[in-house]
Parts: sequence; C-alpha cells; structure tokens
Amino acid sequence: MNENTQLEAREMHMPTEKIVARSDLYEMESSTVRTPDAEQRPVRVTARNVSVFYGPKQSLFDVSIDIPEKAVTAFIGPSGCGKSTFLRCFNRMNDTIEGCRVTGKISLDGGDIYDPALDVVELRARVGMVFQKPNPFPKSIYENVAYGPRIHGLARSKADMDAIVESSLQKASLWNEVKDRLHEPGTGLSGGQQQRLCIARAIAVSPEVILMDEPCSALDPIATARIEELIDELKQNYTIVIVTHSMQQAARVSQRTAFFHLGNLVEEGPTDLIFTSPGEKRTQDYITGRYG
Amino acid sequence: MNTAIIATLLLVLLGLAYQTGWSRSRRLAPAGETKLHSRPVYHGALAAIWTLVPALLIFALWALFGETASRAYLLAQLPPDVLALGSAELESTLRRIRQIESGFGVVGDALPWENQAAQALREFSTLTYAAVIAAAAGTGALALWLANRRISLRLRARNEVERVVSAAMITCSVVAILTTAGIVASLLFEALRFFSFVSPIDFFFGTVWNPGFSTTGQGAAGEYGLLPLLWGTLMVASIAILVALPIGLMTAIYLTQYASQRTRSTVKPVIEILAGIPTIVYGFFALVTVGPFLAGVGDTLGIDIRATSALTAGIVMGIMIIPFISSLSDDIIRQVPRAMRDGSLGLGATQSETIKRVILPAALPGIVGAFLLAVSRAIGETMIVVLAAGNSPFLRLNPGEPVSTVTVTIVNQLTGDTDFASPQSLVAFALGLTLFIMTLILNVAALYIVRRYREQYE
Repeated sequence: MNENTQLEAREMHMPTEKIVARSDLYEMESSTVRTPDAEQRPVRVTARNVSVFYGPKQSLFDVSIDIPEKAVTAFIGPSGCGKSTFLRCFNRMNDTIEGCRVTGKISLDGGDIYDPALDVVELRARVGMVFQKPNPFPKSIYENVAYGPRIHGLARSKADMDAIVESSLQKASLWNEVKDRLHEPGTGLSGGQQQRLCIARAIAVSPEVILMDEPCSALDPIATARIEELIDELKQNYTIVIVTHSMQQAARVSQRTAFFHLGNLVEEGPTDLIFTSPGEKRTQDYITGRYG
Repeated sequence: MNTAIIATLLLVLLGLAYQTGWSRSRRLAPAGETKLHSRPVYHGALAAIWTLVPALLIFALWALFGETASRAYLLAQLPPDVLALGSAELESTLRRIRQIESGFGVVGDALPWENQAAQALREFSTLTYAAVIAAAAGTGALALWLANRRISLRLRARNEVERVVSAAMITCSVVAILTTAGIVASLLFEALRFFSFVSPIDFFFGTVWNPGFSTTGQGAAGEYGLLPLLWGTLMVASIAILVALPIGLMTAIYLTQYASQRTRSTVKPVIEILAGIPTIVYGFFALVTVGPFLAGVGDTLGIDIRATSALTAGIVMGIMIIPFISSLSDDIIRQVPRAMRDGSLGLGATQSETIKRVILPAALPGIVGAFLLAVSRAIGETMIVVLAAGNSPFLRLNPGEPVSTVTVTIVNQLTGDTDFASPQSLVAFALGLTLFIMTLILNVAALYIVRRYREQYE
C-alpha cells in the first residue's frame, strides 16, 4: 500500500513540465489552450506524454501538445529532431514501420487513436496526409483523386465521383490547370502540381485533419508559394499540422508553432510570439540561425 | 609435367619483369627529387605485360598448330603401303603409333616400322617442345629488355596499362558474344542440312511425328511434324506457369509486404533452396511421387490420369520455377517506391487494397518480364519432361495423357547410335533452333519490358 502511494506520488511529480508553454499565463495541463490567436478555437487533437521508440532507440520523449481546430500548427526544428516522427503518430503511419513503438496518448475529438478497438483505416480517412516528396500513383489524374473515395465507398455513382474529383481538385486549386487532361497520368505533372494533386487526393476523402510532412521541400520557390497560399485557404475548413524545415514558411503559414530539438518538444505557442520573443534559449538560437 | 614447366616459366618471367620494371623506374626517380609520370607499380605491370604477351602468343601458336605439325611429321615417317590405306584405318594406325609413343594402352606387339615411327615421333615432340620453350623464354627475355629500355620519367605507363586492361575486358566479352554466334551458326548449318532432306513446310506445319530409325535405312521416309512436339511443350509450360505464377507471386507479396524481417530472412533462403535442386532430382520426384499420386487422385475422382503425363511434368516443373518467379517479383515489388505505399496507406487503404491497387499495377511490367523469363525457362527445361511427361508425340488435348516436348525429342534423337548425316539426327538441330528462337524472343521481350519499367522510377 505504502508502495502504491509512493508510486502515485512519483507519477504526479513526473516532469511533464519539460514542455514549457509560451508563457506561464497558459496552463498546459488543461485540455484547451487559450492563446491570443487560437483562443476561440476548440482543441481538435491532443497528445499526452507521447514517446516513440525505433527498436531500443527512443527518438521522441514525452511530448504533449494540443492542436487547435481550423488553424495551422507548424512543427519546426533541426533534422532528426523527431518532428516528422511525431507527425506520423497522428495517423498511425508509424505502425507501418517495423520495430516502431509508440507510448502515451493521442486523442482525436476525445477518442484515443491508439485504442485497439479503433480501426486504423477509419482513422486515416479522418486524418489525411501529404508527404515530403509528391507521390502521385502511376495512374491518371482522375484516378489519383478518386482513389480514396473509391476505397471508402464515398461515391454512389459516376456522377458523384466526378463531383468529388472536381471539388477536390478545385479546393486544391489545381482544377483549372488539369480539367482538360484528367485522364493523363498524374506523374506527368510538374512537381508543384503533383503536390497539389496529392493534397487534392487527401481532401477527396474529406478528412478533418491534414498532416503535411515538409510538403514543399522538393519544390521550387514559386510552387512553394502556391502551396503555402493553398494551405492558407485550406485552414478555413481543415485542421492542419505541417512539419517544415523552413522557419520562414512556419512564420508565413502557421498560427501556432512547436519547436522540437533532439526528440523533445522545447517550446510551443502562437507563431508570432515564438518568432519574436521565444522563451527558451535553444529556440532563440535556432530561429536566429545559430544552428540547425 | 608439360603444363607445370610452362606455368613455372611464365611465372618466373612475370615476376622477373615486374620486379625489374618496378625497381628500374624507382631508381630513375629517387624520392623527393624528380617525379615519375606513372607510379613504379605501373612500370612493373607494363614490363610484365610486354614480357608475357609474346611468350603467351608463342604458346598459343603451338597449341593451335603443334598437333597439325606433329601429324604431318608422323605421316612422313610411315611406309607408303600404310599411307595407301583408307582414312579410317589410317586414323587407327596413327592412334596406335601415338599410344606406342606414350607407352599407354598399347594392344598386341608393336611391329618394327611402328616402333620406328613412334621413336621418330618421340624425338620430334621432345625437340619441338624444347624449341617452343626456348623461343618463349627468348622472346620473353628480349621483350623484357626492350620494355626496360623504354622506361623513362615521362613514359606513360599508367595509360598504357589501362589500355591493355580495357582491351582484356573487351576480349572477354567478345568471347561470350562469339560463343553465342558460334552456337547459332552450328545450329543453323545443321538445321539447313536437315531442311535439305525435309521441306520446312512439312517440318513446321506437319502434325505427325514419326521419324523412323536411321539404322533401318529408311532415309527420309519418316514424318517430321513439329506441331505435336510444340503442342506438348506449350501444354507442359502452361501447366507449369499456372502452378508457379500464383504461388510465386503470392510468396513474393507475402515476403515483401507482410512478413517481418525475421520471417523473411529465414523463408527466403529456404525457398531459394528449391532453385538449387538439380532438375534430374525433380524428374524422379515427379516419376516416383507426384505421378502415382496424381494417378491415384484421378482414380478416386473417376478421371483417367496417367502417372507420366503433361500434368505430372507440368506441376513439378511449376514447383521448380516457383523460386524463380518469387525472387524476381520480390526484387521488382521492392523497387516500387515506399512513397507509393505510404501514399495509399495514408489515405486509409488497407494493406491488401494497397497491394492490389497500387503496388501490383506499379510492378506489373516487371512482373510480366519475370513471367516471360519463367516461360522461356519452362520451355527449355528437359530433364523433368524426359522422365515424367511420357514421351508420346501425339496431338492430344487432355493434360492427363502423356505428351512429348521439343527438348525430350532432341534427347531421343541424339542418344544411342547416331549418324549425323541422317535426317533422324539432323532434325535435332532444327528442333534446337526452333527452341532457341522461341526462348530468344521471350527473353528479348522480357528484357525490353523490364528495362522500360526501370526507367519509370529512376
């Protein structure tokens, strides 16, 4: 009995406060984070004490964060800091990597996504993903977008499917460029168009959250600008989490920013505050270009 | 003895040449003063090449023409009445004298003139042998001296060695190409001889295979219809593919997509053991185990299946090809970028949907290539069909009946007493040529498809 109480006591003192909220004004433990920018927004996704192991090696340490709805949250940090690993926890893409283990709790609208009863297929329909390198399937543009709706049975008829494809491409601001060549291979598009096609493909299954893993790192500046514009529009309807290498990009597109370093979440808060007056020395050093 | 001496001589020359080239070039450029164009290693190698190549050429000439020369010399020694004999008897006399000369396998007592000739031959051989060794050593030494004289600070030994190395590489690949050309040519000429007996139309479109026996003196009286054999080949190969393709492909999919690293590292080598089993072993596995088993199954089902049949041979051949298809498709599926798989999984597709809709379509051209290679292998396979297909060259639809294939017929026509002037034997070359062309077309198609597929992801 004595032991139990001790254990509890120790758990209570666990250093969850490793994560330093932007300022002491915000209470990290509450499930809704009140910030000047996202104050009205309810929290869509919460992560608590998430750790990721690849085999015996731990690459993410006790990360807790709240992702507000219909806003862009950016994860920044130097290479190998665990930001992509963390992102891939939100739609359980880490499950596909052999020897990868995730501990802690992530919930989407209050439901635990690592609940064994949860169907990972449904989860991934709700949490879409856009990858670092544009990866259209070697199929036509139409078939690329129709792929998701088809496997989830979202369209009753050909006309339904046409409508889904058109609206997804329009939301991804690609429709005007491809409407006359929907049946040409998606791999024939330019890099930026391919990435927008991948965004359209993700939108087509009407997800609630879209995860973007360095979506512009393989693109030129013009294509990047278009994707950023698109992300800005998409946040009206979707909750977006973006991992990016570029601090300027994080500053341009996101409302909240989380800085990762060596597998730890160093600091998290409204983007403008993180960039103008970071609370941590490491964050300051990174955003001023001292390392990374 | 013979080769040992030659090898020693060559090794000594090599060592000597390398060493002198190396040390001479080093002496030219004492450390830190002047600079050699090429490092001493290259000078050594160049001297060795210079020395060895002429010596080797002399040995090569001897290997090519030594036999002819000794034969001519021997003929000159024989009494005129022996020379007047027919060619077959003359050959056996020559063989006998050589046996007396070497002292092995002599039957009966040697006649005085035979002994004389043998003695002369022995002297001739010793003499030429000594002459050749001396010539090789002499030219080697001369070349070495010349090579050494050339060594200077600015000698581009490195470039010359590189050129020799690339010439050696080219020679090797030319040997492979020439061999192929030689095989095709020999097939082609013998096949043409066959077609002087039997018209190509009768051969390619004939439906009866009954070549008769050359010993009965029928001449061209047999019937040489290719179609029954071709039909048998295609039937056995199709059954083999029907067995191997699904099993091989599923294995590859399992190993690449589902199996854990540990399972893969044990299962893959085990499957590849199948590829290491000699085909003759598969043959008697078919004959002793699979054939009777199939016949038994046929009995219980009330279908007539013979123990040696197209079905038996086809199934066992299919088992043989499984590792071929599985490891080729394994490589191909593995080449589909992980991003494709992630893209599909990230949209909420299940593992099997991802495989069916993304991975297999992307890997399809490569799989077709693997399939064609497997077909060409099945068509060329011999031992299993010799033992298990029943050797019955008739046009039959029922796979439970015995058949014969092109390869089996080639074996049949070329085993036992054969006279290479009769169409009964020559037909083997026409069959071989047909087979060769079929597999060639399949291989070229497969390579073309595989290459096109590769371009897609690079």
